Amino acid sequence: MAPGKNGQGLPTLVWFSLALLVTWLILPLLPLAVWSVSRSWYFPDLLPSAYSARAWTYVFSPTSDILPALGRTALIALGATFLSALVGLPAGRALGLYQFRGKAIVELLILAPTIVPGIAVALGLHVVFLKLGLAGTAGGVVIVHLIPTLPYMVLVMAGIFSNYNPDAEAQARSLGAGYFQTFYYVTLPAILPGLLIGSLFAFLVSWSQYILTLLIGSGRVVTLPLLLFNFASAGRNDITGAISIIYILPGILLLFLGARHLTGRNRTLENLKQI
Amino acid sequence: MTERWNIPLMLAPALIIIVGLFLGGLALGLVGSFGYMPFIGREEFNLDAYRSILSSEGFYRSFLLTFHIAFTSTVIASAIALGAALALRRSFYGRTFISFLFQINLTVPHLVGAVGILYLFSQSGFFARLAYEFELISKPSEFPAMIYDPLAIGIILQYVWKEVPFIGLILLANMQTIGKDYEAAARSLGASRWQSFRHVLLPLLTPGLLAAAMIVFAFTFGAYEIPALLGQNYPAALPVLAYQSFTHVDLHARPEAFAMTMIIALLSAAMIMGYAYLSRRHVRT
Repeated sequence: MAPGKNGQGLPTLVWFSLALLVTWLILPLLPLAVWSVSRSWYFPDLLPSAYSARAWTYVFSPTSDILPALGRTALIALGATFLSALVGLPAGRALGLYQFRGKAIVELLILAPTIVPGIAVALGLHVVFLKLGLAGTAGGVVIVHLIPTLPYMVLVMAGIFSNYNPDAEAQARSLGAGYFQTFYYVTLPAILPGLLIGSLFAFLVSWSQYILTLLIGSGRVVTLPLLLFNFASAGRNDITGAISIIYILPGILLLFLGARHLTGRNRTLENLKQI
Repeated sequence: MTERWNIPLMLAPALIIIVGLFLGGLALGLVGSFGYMPFIGREEFNLDAYRSILSSEGFYRSFLLTFHIAFTSTVIASAIALGAALALRRSFYGRTFISFLFQINLTVPHLVGAVGILYLFSQSGFFARLAYEFELISKPSEFPAMIYDPLAIGIILQYVWKEVPFIGLILLANMQTIGKDYEAAARSLGASRWQSFRHVLLPLLTPGLLAAAMIVFAFTFGAYEIPALLGQNYPAALPVLAYQSFTHVDLHARPEAFAMTMIIALLSAAMIMGYAYLSRRHVRT
């Protein structure tokens, strides 16, 4: 081993910087966990002087609005994911399997909502949703969440279909399988892993939305991020900590499940910006 | 392929949703910025809103602050991400573990990161307590303000925290695609490690890095919740100012809110064009 090297070939200084960086990436999550179990934690104490389960008791108490908000957030995300998959699957197939005129424009159009900030779109939509009676309803929020989730799903599905061979479908059809039989027994099993990963991330994209929910929900569709913001601005650090932990759980779980799918697929990664 | 005629049909539902909701929302925002809001009985059509915001000092201060936040965050995050990606592609003891930790905040919503930054860097936060412990300060107000501050340090820290893994993983994926052959060739021709990085790898990475930076810039320029939680009231970041104008009791402030979001949209459109141009040029994975 060369002097100044750690393990196999990373200079000590580089290894140390990397360890420092990773520590910094985890650091902001730690006070959230500690706050969620603290009873009193005043300046200048480095650790709480008293611990309690008060915040967690509040979270799970029937009178708090946190569990209903959790359910609401999950249902909205499920709705947006389901609709995105329904609409995004055929579109992804068209983009992944075929070359056609105007494809570049279609791709640009689908990419655009992932980059243009939601506030620029939602202010204009607000009055229409109001007229249609959709503003302030969970249904309206599901619809507006399609703006970030659908492009994500289409791009993921396009990536999957670009590595997909449709010949097996033709064989199934020639053997007498109907359209739905072919889809269910031939297409679906082949694209299922990709569809699942795409759906999980679309779920997370909806799960993370703040400004779209605030504007189109008119503040009446209270999801977890809205509660989190309110408790954080009100200085209820213990409850804020507890909500934060609940709020990041699906994403962390997903990371354990899908970590290997994250690396090496550019398109998928770039669209994670929506979270 | 028998299915070819189906292509428009397969694309139609997605395109209808995107054109209707996304382009429709932008179009309504645009006409709203001209003062045309038939739904609330205003049918004028003029540039008053733009004239009004462009002649107000508050708007300029917000714009500059927002630009500073987006630009500084993007540059710092890109630089750190490049360094991290260069280290992470090498093999070393504990690489799998460190690589996992490196991507852990990728799925953590921005808002949670913002709260974490608040608890670390506020004047009664963890670092202020640490400074007290080491007798650097004797009371919270002596700790440098990094939250609700004019330089938006807390906001920038949050964006850097969140975007380093994002840009870093894109760069790692690009490095995988590029492979090590070009660098090896340069090295065998006598290039130093720095030369093979500077003249071979970096030019190959640049399109991908710029594309990622553009996505981050557009996001940090238009995001609402982070500056709303960590930023000062005046000047507020542009998305926050737009939201305040939009929800103002006086409906006459609405065209100004629309005008501000149109400026945000215009900036992100420029980023999309740049991104599309670069991603067509660089090696596709």
